[in-house]
Amino acid sequence: MSKVLKFVLNGMPVKVVAEPQETLLQVLREKLSLTSPKCGCNHGDCGSCTVILNGKAVKSCMIIALTVEGKSVVTVDGLGTDGKLHPVQQAFHEYGAPQCGYCTPGMVMAATAFLNENPNPSYDEVKDALAGNLCRCGGYQKYVDAVMAVAKGEFGPIPKGSDVDV
Amino acid sequence: MFKSVGKRVPRFDGIGHVTGKTVYPSDLSMPGMLVCKTLRSPYHCTRIHFIDTTEAEKVPGVYSVITHKDVPHNLFSMVPDHHVLAEDIARYKGQNIVAVAAVDKSTALKALSKVKIEMEELPYVIDPVEAMKEDAPKVRPEGNLRVFDDVDTVRRIRRGDVEKGFAEADYIVEGEYWTPNQEHAPIETTASLAYLDGNGKLVIHSKTQGLYFTLGDLSNVFQLPLNKLKMVGATIGGAFGGQNSIHTDHIAGVLALKTGKPVKFHLTREEEMMYTTIRSAWRFKIKDGIKKDGKITARYVDVLEDCGAYTELGLYALEKNVNYIGGANKIENLAIDGRLVYTNKMPSGSMRGFGVNIGQYAEQVQTDKLARKIGISPFEIRLNNAFKEGDENHVGNPLVAVSGIETLQKVAKMAGVELPKEYQEMSSK
Repeated sequence: MSKVLKFVLNGMPVKVVAEPQETLLQVLREKLSLTSPKCGCNHGDCGSCTVILNGKAVKSCMIIALTVEGKSVVTVDGLGTDGKLHPVQQAFHEYGAPQCGYCTPGMVMAATAFLNENPNPSYDEVKDALAGNLCRCGGYQKYVDAVMAVAKGEFGPIPKGSDVDV
Repeated sequence: MFKSVGKRVPRFDGIGHVTGKTVYPSDLSMPGMLVCKTLRSPYHCTRIHFIDTTEAEKVPGVYSVITHKDVPHNLFSMVPDHHVLAEDIARYKGQNIVAVAAVDKSTALKALSKVKIEMEELPYVIDPVEAMKEDAPKVRPEGNLRVFDDVDTVRRIRRGDVEKGFAEADYIVEGEYWTPNQEHAPIETTASLAYLDGNGKLVIHSKTQGLYFTLGDLSNVFQLPLNKLKMVGATIGGAFGGQNSIHTDHIAGVLALKTGKPVKFHLTREEEMMYTTIRSAWRFKIKDGIKKDGKITARYVDVLEDCGAYTELGLYALEKNVNYIGGANKIENLAIDGRLVYTNKMPSGSMRGFGVNIGQYAEQVQTDKLARKIGISPFEIRLNNAFKEGDENHVGNPLVAVSGIETLQKVAKMAGVELPKEYQEMSSK
């Protein structure tokens, strides 16, 4: 039943035993002790478990772990280079977007994947891109403003071709 | 002039949030940690005839199966009338009845499926108005209306003579306002991690908003002296008042004491939404007397709070509500009757304003209604009746640093409303 699952996590190869019914979120949090993706609903509704899978933002609670065999998974832990925050992280911090912070890792991943696909978005496109990530504290405006600031280059260029390949 | 006002100031804990390094209670784990799951009441009102946990205990990987008999002191909350685990009657759907600690979630759920429980659905009442009727099903043995100070089911505020005030009025304006229950819905669902440290002290990592409320309450539940119980707070993924009530700490703690192992109890989204405390539902009936010049001569408010099946923080919310429901208005003749009614729903907790701002919804809509009745603007009605410096509030406390009039004048300006000259010249002083 259980299988050995191999994939690349934040640029490093990992090997873990996974059950067929286990989700990527469960494997990350419970087996690999990586708790930055959060389990807010376990139904794909809240977005707090968002990670980047082969360049696309996905809700890891909706991904069967065994299907990521051989793929690349990036969590918020994989962002930033040489001790510097990723521009999206820096912008969220400086704009005071996180309040309780629980939705933030998911927001960072959703925003990062989105900006890689669409580096010059409109305000409405950013709102659409973050629509799958709930913030109960109500910090949406600042998240969207911060993403717009990154797109305008206020926080420097988005690093390309890093070891995490996002 | 200011270092911070009007400027963007990053949060002191912002870096932890954006890097995903902030640790929340639901993120915690320990070697050898057990997982807790509970069996909950399937009906709005359930009589429990008997519980047999023998088969559940036999499931490999199960360390403990507990019922109310295993809880040292089974009552908790600010008004201690809520059972940690239900005894003969579970009074709301989702009330905890049996709890299991097992090696993992699937083992815990398997054990719960082996619990033999004989129960019966009892008549229940959900509607607060129905619950006040003579023949309504009894939510609580002492009756569906809370008795205040052992004498009366009404919490009264009286000032002046309302009948005289209504007689002096040119118009009587009445309104009835309802507000529904509301779930806090934090993105992080409630979680606790409880364990015994090397010296036998029970340590609970909690999502509580009120660490010392919880400490006192739980030392009673566990019958432990305060130096044998340590509560550890944390950065939490949202609370909004919901974490002033205990949802998981008590059960995790009892199981940790019972098994001697770390126990984590982390609610699912469904449990969080359906079975934890909520904002109470309210009904306000307001009757006002008003003169043609816009002066309120009398106000009567009938307040009804739907508190759910246990008092929790509902009593505190009602006490605050009746103090403030008169609004920021100087009213010589005021009468308020507040009642707290029990229904077979989740108990009411605190939520954003403890019953105060929910009352202001009704009060503000009613005040607009008064303005329409005599044909003045919403600003004018409020300015006409506003408290001034040194006035007494509705329960007799002198008011200081009053600035209601200045606030309204500023709001009017920001909204682009030109107030008549006499209103622009008014002052709270």
